[in-house]
Amino acid sequence: MKQSLGFTSTEMMACAAARLLEDGKSVFVGTGLPMIAGLLAQRRHAPGLLIIFEAGGIGPQVPVLPISVGDSRTFYKAVAASSMHDVMSFLQNGYVDYGFLGAAAIDPFGNINTTVIGDWEHPTVRLPGSGGANDIGSLCWRTIILMRQDKLRFVEKLPFVTTPGYLDGEGSRERAGLPAGTGPYRVITQLGIFSFDSESKRLMLLERMPGVETTTIQYESGFEIVLPGEVPEVEPPGLDEIRLLREIDPNRMILKG
Amino acid sequence: MEILREGMGELVGWRDPDEHRRWVQANKSRELKDKQMTIAEVVKKFVKDGEFLAMGGFGHVRVSMAIVYEIVRQGKRGLTMAGKTAVQDIDILVAAGCVDRVEVAYAFGHELRGLSPASRRAVESGKCRVLAETSNACYQWRFLAAAMGIPFIPSRNLMGTDTFEKSSAKIARDPWSGKPVCLLPACYPDVAILHVHRCDRFGNAQIDGILVEDYELARAARRLILTTEEIVDDDYMRLNPDRTAIPFFLVDAVCEAPYGAHPCLMPHRYYFDEQHIHEWLTVSKTEKGVQEYFERYVYGVADFMDYLERVGGVRKLEELRRTEQLRLPAWSPEVAP
Repeated sequence: MKQSLGFTSTEMMACAAARLLEDGKSVFVGTGLPMIAGLLAQRRHAPGLLIIFEAGGIGPQVPVLPISVGDSRTFYKAVAASSMHDVMSFLQNGYVDYGFLGAAAIDPFGNINTTVIGDWEHPTVRLPGSGGANDIGSLCWRTIILMRQDKLRFVEKLPFVTTPGYLDGEGSRERAGLPAGTGPYRVITQLGIFSFDSESKRLMLLERMPGVETTTIQYESGFEIVLPGEVPEVEPPGLDEIRLLREIDPNRMILKG
Repeated sequence: MEILREGMGELVGWRDPDEHRRWVQANKSRELKDKQMTIAEVVKKFVKDGEFLAMGGFGHVRVSMAIVYEIVRQGKRGLTMAGKTAVQDIDILVAAGCVDRVEVAYAFGHELRGLSPASRRAVESGKCRVLAETSNACYQWRFLAAAMGIPFIPSRNLMGTDTFEKSSAKIARDPWSGKPVCLLPACYPDVAILHVHRCDRFGNAQIDGILVEDYELARAARRLILTTEEIVDDDYMRLNPDRTAIPFFLVDAVCEAPYGAHPCLMPHRYYFDEQHIHEWLTVSKTEKGVQEYFERYVYGVADFMDYLERVGGVRKLEELRRTEQLRLPAWSPEVAP
């Protein structure tokens, strides 16, 4: 639907994610869109962004898009080719500022399901499970969730909470034992950018993607989204961002959607 | 220590540390001896029906596929497997009916390439059972605890989620901070199989690039099998002792298996065979396709060398070597003719 404007909704999501990443900070990335967002930030405004991969790659100069989080491209000209124990311990010790997550479904508190649809013991659809997602969602300072939005993915109650968001509201992460001051920071979908209401810790609309109405964003959600008075529109991708995106993913492996 | 909550998942691979010490004392030889065997012999001797298996590497990276195909060929049954981000290996072993129980950090998917049709089918139909959930960090910390010879290790993740509820972990009150802390039980696989870049005939091994969790897994497993891209001279490891990731006394058998990770990636050696992985993901959409795949690549070939010929031989392997060296672009379904 965005073809007429010269960019796809996935490209817009990658740009929105990249813009959040600051120079001199660290980010834990997986493959796909998070990887692209990390590389875009690095090439555009954050050359000193430290990219860390869960399988052990630390600070690589990624030459071409890796297909897997253990791909040798994730430790190409890296500062270290290390181990999972090492990088997961960095995460647990507070060295990681941002972490990306994908999600099959999300609830109003930013909890995520990537494990199962239906009953756990007799699943309708079995998904891959946590992987490193619970680790990222539990341990890094700020998580950024990248996902497609519709009524089936934005749900009031998840069949299974794989990865913690704000659990059931303010203070519940700390009560559960998770590190203090952590949690979901932004949710980015093809329709909007969301944060979390500081008191209720429920999903709150921050910005609309170009040309998307607030009513559409609410309509494509199975729960009520907190709406502040004024919701600005996201700045569309600039020419520099589009050029870099197509350099990073020339075959549009990820950015086709 | 006050226990606040207990996960309901099945406890996989745990052992009393004293029982494990005694087993090590009685069964792990400290003798510097030649441990070379063929792939067929190793699987026959060390992979027993009903055992708990963990493969090294991560996802499609540095996995001993030579052994995986041999396990299929020998028709092993009733294996439990560590889904420690297990991808191609577990998909093949579940599809073949060798593995029917899994503890899952990540399984039944192929990362960006999509979900695994065959192993998903097995789980959704009840042929393969998920025993417990965990996460990538937790699995390798479970191995770390086992490697250290301690019964559990604390961590600060999992808590508050269903991943915890379906795990074998417990939440206790940390006696120092007073905060809830997650306790992960040690995990000792019956057999672990790792593919390494080089080792000597005794089992002293080097791994290039990321270690992932192989350092911990090698020390946690009871039986440890190495497949290796090459066997090096006896003196080689002693020239660079700081590079030894695995010392010989952990190792029970060594098999030389060049290209032994195919179709997975071997860092600095060869890239993923994306075309082959794509073929598997396509044909495994049906049971008939799965059977045809095994006929063509496992039952219809004599051994792993023969398999390498079947997947494209020297021409294909050379292509993968150049792709890994960034001299050729990777094959992808998006740009395939």
